[in-house]
Amino acid sequence: MATPGATTLSDDTGPIPPALRGLLPVLLALPVLALAEWTLGASPFATYLLSVVGVNIILAVSLNIVNGMTGQFSIGHAGFMAVGAYIAGVTSLSLKEIGIPGVPVAVSDQLLFVEALLAGGVCAALCGFLVGLPSLRLRGDYLAIVTLGFGEIIRVFVQNTEAFGRALGLSGIPQYSSVAMVYFWVFLVVLVARRIAGSSHGRSLWAIREDEVAAEAMGVDTTGYKVRAFVISSFFAGIAGGLFAHFVPIINPGSFTFVKSMEIVVMVVLGGLGSTTGAIVAAIFLTLLPEGLRSLFGAMGAEGSLAQKVDQIRMPVYGVLLVVLMLARPQGLFGTRELWDVLPRWLPRKKKGLT
Amino acid sequence: MSQLLQHLINGLASGTIYALVALGYTMVYGVLKLINFAHGDVMMVGVYMGYASAFALGREAQRSLWGVVVIFAVAMGGCALLGFLIERFAYRPLREKPRLTALITAIGISFALSYGFQLDVSFDGPFDFSIAGRRGGSFDFHFDRLVLLPGASPRAFPEIIAPTEWFILGDRDVVLWNWQVISLLIAVSLMVALQFLVYRTRFGKAMRAVSWDHRTAALMGIPTDRIISLTFMLSSALAAGAGLLYAIKDTSVTPLMGLYVGLKAFVAAVIGGIGNVPGAVVGALLLGLVEEFVVGYAASTWRDAVAFGFLILVLLVKPGGLFGRVAAEKV
Repeated sequence: MATPGATTLSDDTGPIPPALRGLLPVLLALPVLALAEWTLGASPFATYLLSVVGVNIILAVSLNIVNGMTGQFSIGHAGFMAVGAYIAGVTSLSLKEIGIPGVPVAVSDQLLFVEALLAGGVCAALCGFLVGLPSLRLRGDYLAIVTLGFGEIIRVFVQNTEAFGRALGLSGIPQYSSVAMVYFWVFLVVLVARRIAGSSHGRSLWAIREDEVAAEAMGVDTTGYKVRAFVISSFFAGIAGGLFAHFVPIINPGSFTFVKSMEIVVMVVLGGLGSTTGAIVAAIFLTLLPEGLRSLFGAMGAEGSLAQKVDQIRMPVYGVLLVVLMLARPQGLFGTRELWDVLPRWLPRKKKGLT
Repeated sequence: MSQLLQHLINGLASGTIYALVALGYTMVYGVLKLINFAHGDVMMVGVYMGYASAFALGREAQRSLWGVVVIFAVAMGGCALLGFLIERFAYRPLREKPRLTALITAIGISFALSYGFQLDVSFDGPFDFSIAGRRGGSFDFHFDRLVLLPGASPRAFPEIIAPTEWFILGDRDVVLWNWQVISLLIAVSLMVALQFLVYRTRFGKAMRAVSWDHRTAALMGIPTDRIISLTFMLSSALAAGAGLLYAIKDTSVTPLMGLYVGLKAFVAAVIGGIGNVPGAVVGALLLGLVEEFVVGYAASTWRDAVAFGFLILVLLVKPGGLFGRVAAEKV
């Protein structure tokens, strides 16, 4: 079996000194983010769309750590997203009036925002641990159903809790979020996912995915690794939820249903279970496609109903897409490979690692 | 005390319906080691088939005994066909592939059915056709509108069994509805028939053999493909029957009902130990009672969370379910 991501470990002869290589993506990303923030400031719709794309990328990449790399099948990712969104939202709401003394308001707001995000992420990770511990000791199918059930429990819990606004949801959460902040976390989750894929930790995950019994026989602490992967994944889902809560006007239980979970699952499966870049590409594609179709139908002057139909038709299409993918191309777009492995020959290509 | 009795009755009534659906999960899991996620949605399709046939029969006929029999037959037969098609075209090609592919396919089918049925696809215009009878007479049908997919809004399921109170203790303290008794009878007789089929017939023996080891069973001359197909058809037909009973109880049908009832039935099957036929029944009755008591004594809004909380609890304490064994995985 190919060991994706092994390349990052094996080739340490490059033009860039190893010490700088870890930092390089950050240094490259910063000006791009600044530029994006600066050019998009004028267009709320573009900002919103880019933020949604970013949040979906975070969700898909983080789910890929569990579903793709570890081969466990979680279908309750929206539950963790909900935990993050509500915890971060409530934190921000309660800290709304407070400013950190000695720093400008904008900076203090962003610091509080990060704090709220981390609170949401940590709570989601904690939930991931609580859910993962019992179910990850069992077979994969149980995990699927337990995660699904967890999502439902969260939804019911929120609907019955006054502090979370019950079914009405939370509104008035300060809109701290920015494209730069969303893509900072996108960058972080991709970095973490790629680093995991290439590390010894990641190899253990791949081993579990390929054959759990064999992995255990080789001394891999399967439950431990699965739970850890699950915790990391739910942490980022929580972060994604927190970000989401800070750029939409209102969050309610309806935003975090089974449908949302399925959307993320479809992204991961379409991109290829185990491929980080595949998850990114699929997330971008599946977020922009309905938007594109909607504006296309709108521009064509079609009746409003047709544009609305896009939303309705999306879900059954996702279902059929899953079935067709499994029958025709179970490895998804990229399989376990990454974007640069499938690029045409004439483009610069990374050395093949252990393939 | 009378309140307790009432909750007991209601809990058992919904428990028997869960049991019928749970049996389908357990049977399919038994022969294929696959959790058929789409099972609940097959049930939902069956309910809509029953709805459509009740509609076609008209108000009078749907309440007569033969009308009810026709409705059940159409729904169960249609679902058996649907189950056959799903198995043949979606699961069979994946049988030798990793388990995850089959699981994802099942989730996909479930999704396609439950959300596909929320689309509103219908054709206007009068449709007339008649079926010529053997002795000159003919049956004429007339439809103003042909509804292919029913749309998202809930529909009122016709009262094919007119609700009557049969047994009232005190001043309406404890009420036993006729449909509760009828659905209990139907459910129990279906279960007895299933028990007979699995343990007393050649087909059942073949089914158990496939469940034990399908490769060896094939070597012994058992047509495994046919057995698996038949198991699917059987479980789908059971689901359709259960779905109709549920619709009679709940009086409203929505495309999402399959998802929820299916999940709860699945939880019941896991609680009883998946793959274990009596376990599924016990688990379902237990779940029905627990749910009813939570609704009755705690808060009805928590109802949907109870099943999953219960599931996680059982998996923590007894991972194989109440009656299941945790089989050591072999390489």
